[in-house]
Amino acid sequence: MKIKTTLMASTAALLVLSGAAFAASPMAGETLAADQTFTYQDIDESPSIDPGMVEDVSGSAVVRNLFEGLMNQDADGNLIPGVATGYDLSDDKMTYTFHLRADAKWSNGDPVTAGDFVYAWRRAADPATASPYAWFVTDITGIKGAGAVGSGDAAPDTLGVEAADDQTLVVHLERPVPYFAQTVTHATMFPVPQAVVEAHGAEWTRPENIVGNGAYVLTEHVPQERMVMERNANYWNDGETVINKVVRLIINDETQAFTRWQAGELDLVGVPTGQYLSLKEQYPAEIYSNPRLCTYYYNFNMRDNAPEWMKDVRVRQALNLGFDRTVITDGILQAGQIPAYTFTPPTTAGFTVPVVESAAMTQDERNELAKSLMAEAGYGPDNPISAEILYNTSEGHKSIAIAVSQMWKENLGIESTINNMEWGTFLEARGAGQFEISRAGWCGDYNEASTFLDLYGSGSGYNDAGYNSAEVDALLAEAKTAEDPQSLYNQIETIAAADAPIIPIYFYTSVGARQATLKGWPDNNVENAWYARDLYKVE
Amino acid sequence: MFTYIARRLTVAVPTILILITISFVLMWSAPGSPFMGEKLPPPEVMANLEAKYGLDQPYWKQYVDYLTNVIFHFDFGPSFKFKDRTVNDIIAQGFPVTLTYGFWSFIVAVIFGVGLGVTAAIRHNTWLDYLSVGFAIGSQSIPNYVMAPILVLVFTLWLGWLPGGGWEGGTWDHIIMPVIALSTSYFASIARITRSSMLEVLNSGFIRTAKAKGLPMSRVILKHALKPALLPVLSYLGPAFVGMVTGSVIIDQYFSTGGIGQFFVNSAFNRDYSTMMGITILVGTLTIIFNLLVDVLYAWIDPKIRY
Repeated sequence: MKIKTTLMASTAALLVLSGAAFAASPMAGETLAADQTFTYQDIDESPSIDPGMVEDVSGSAVVRNLFEGLMNQDADGNLIPGVATGYDLSDDKMTYTFHLRADAKWSNGDPVTAGDFVYAWRRAADPATASPYAWFVTDITGIKGAGAVGSGDAAPDTLGVEAADDQTLVVHLERPVPYFAQTVTHATMFPVPQAVVEAHGAEWTRPENIVGNGAYVLTEHVPQERMVMERNANYWNDGETVINKVVRLIINDETQAFTRWQAGELDLVGVPTGQYLSLKEQYPAEIYSNPRLCTYYYNFNMRDNAPEWMKDVRVRQALNLGFDRTVITDGILQAGQIPAYTFTPPTTAGFTVPVVESAAMTQDERNELAKSLMAEAGYGPDNPISAEILYNTSEGHKSIAIAVSQMWKENLGIESTINNMEWGTFLEARGAGQFEISRAGWCGDYNEASTFLDLYGSGSGYNDAGYNSAEVDALLAEAKTAEDPQSLYNQIETIAAADAPIIPIYFYTSVGARQATLKGWPDNNVENAWYARDLYKVE
Repeated sequence: MFTYIARRLTVAVPTILILITISFVLMWSAPGSPFMGEKLPPPEVMANLEAKYGLDQPYWKQYVDYLTNVIFHFDFGPSFKFKDRTVNDIIAQGFPVTLTYGFWSFIVAVIFGVGLGVTAAIRHNTWLDYLSVGFAIGSQSIPNYVMAPILVLVFTLWLGWLPGGGWEGGTWDHIIMPVIALSTSYFASIARITRSSMLEVLNSGFIRTAKAKGLPMSRVILKHALKPALLPVLSYLGPAFVGMVTGSVIIDQYFSTGGIGQFFVNSAFNRDYSTMMGITILVGTLTIIFNLLVDVLYAWIDPKIRY
């Protein structure tokens, strides 16, 4: 017997009944503006806007407007129906059956079918596609056979997903994955139109070729300059959409973008680094800072090539304790960032940050403890340590590195040097473990703690610290199938906090400026998953 | 003359080949990979990517294939970064943008530069001279990365006359500020070179003769003095023209024009080898062609030069 899921499904089931979906919903008394064009800035052009190939956050936002997955997120990040009206979960929690709405159409008028999802997921996992996000399907979703498909050991059609009929998509998992339903809101899991992809190859995402199933269609794309998306009349919920046109401008220079926002040319831009406080005073209603599902941290090199002192957990712990995070959050960044003592952000759904020892202390206590740990490990003025912090070239990262090394010097007498590398070079050095301490930032790919904690796994491709703990690996494996993984997650965080393979520094915020006329922005969505069809502009 | 041009062209070909070869070597010796994100793709994906872009071939083969495609098919290959574009697409989109504002910048720089330089020379040591020289030096000392934000502040934010950036197919209101920002320092240099060379010419014997014949001053200047005075300017204009039409990274970034300069810099950061090569070859070839053109013009203007 199949039961309706209880996890997020209480919502899903409810919405199946009511048939409602989130959409632009102006409040009483608001007058809609005559011109419903939403213009926003991105710093860089995206390598691809093909759902199967997209790899950057801003490209994913474009994909969410041009395509639609089985489920969407509402303003708070909760799951709501998308192409699917809802889903059933089997008793063993290993089979998801999604029910697709009959009126979902591609922009060329063809119906969106379960087969489109099957094709898209196989394509994303297939090594022949060479998708930079193939790992999302193969490693994260837990779909049956995904690993073998991803490594090329099995044919893509062995992937555990099938179209029972045009409106029913059945997904077989290898293990119960508590967050599976959330993964279908990720751009990589969106459908793609097989006929169009096959007819045009890599060029299918150009405006003259592209066919999507989202609320908007791409009408113009000038790389590095602009992208224009207009209402898709075939979108099933087009009637509830208010914004007629979405314009994405690529503006590399933050200050320039902000000036143009001041001149009224854009509705939404980023805030230039370091200017949040002063601009917030000037534009209190327009400048915002929302929590994000991202953590800024430093990796210790846990490999054999690390200096001797770094292999001593007491010294790593001393470095972790011996600087004041509030100097960075309140003194340098000044935009509502939260000091971090553990890895997973507090905004993660269903996750409560465990209170580790270091988080509960005052900074004076931390400094004292750090000093005694250093002495205990045999380091001090007679036997000094010198450390190198490696970061990718950026003024922001530099200020933080300087502050940290300065505080280490004052508090612990450690002489550290800071060294920057251009991004491509930095990635190579960091990936190869050619560093002592390296800067890193991580944003969750879905809203559940494992998207962070998996990085502690010895087999993770993002485990740049080279942390290797059999205990953590075992707990991670156990958490994958646990009914309630929270206590396991707490254990992992606590062990990692004691081992100190990384130095968590702060949890990010997403900072921006938007015109007061723009409404409906999902401030509480920590993944920053916004959909232009939920926005509207008032007079 | 024709043998000279033929000879120069013969030298141009190996020059471009050397340029391509050096760029190739530099690119391959740079650390990092175009396919590297935060995480290196798994080996099977990496192998597919390398096969797709021909990177699994030995270096000599990649080099020969690349040259063959460029020379015989005029094909610079697919972009390593933009999945749905080829380098030819990128050049076809970005180069006209840069060419447009670069061309207008050139015209503006030449007209204003020469005009100001000549005026200053004729009115040597008068307030007009001081004003012109002051203006030229002032303009030259404001780099375009300072000029651009000032323009945006004044014309976009304060006056609201012009859009602060973008291109939108190159409408006149999007062109004005890039042209002003780009032409300023060039026009200042042209003015200064023109002025000093004009002064030299005006003091030479044949001008004195022309004046002695009783020719009106305007005729002396336009007919006799201008041509020789422009020679040093001309040698400056060749590289300046290439510099302007192949784009200024700063102008492209500030005004978000989608021009070629921006692609050039970003391609280096992204390790987008094919785009980097394509634009390098484009800029190199244009530099060689325009230098040749300048030399030919030289011979035409200066009777003393014979090739």
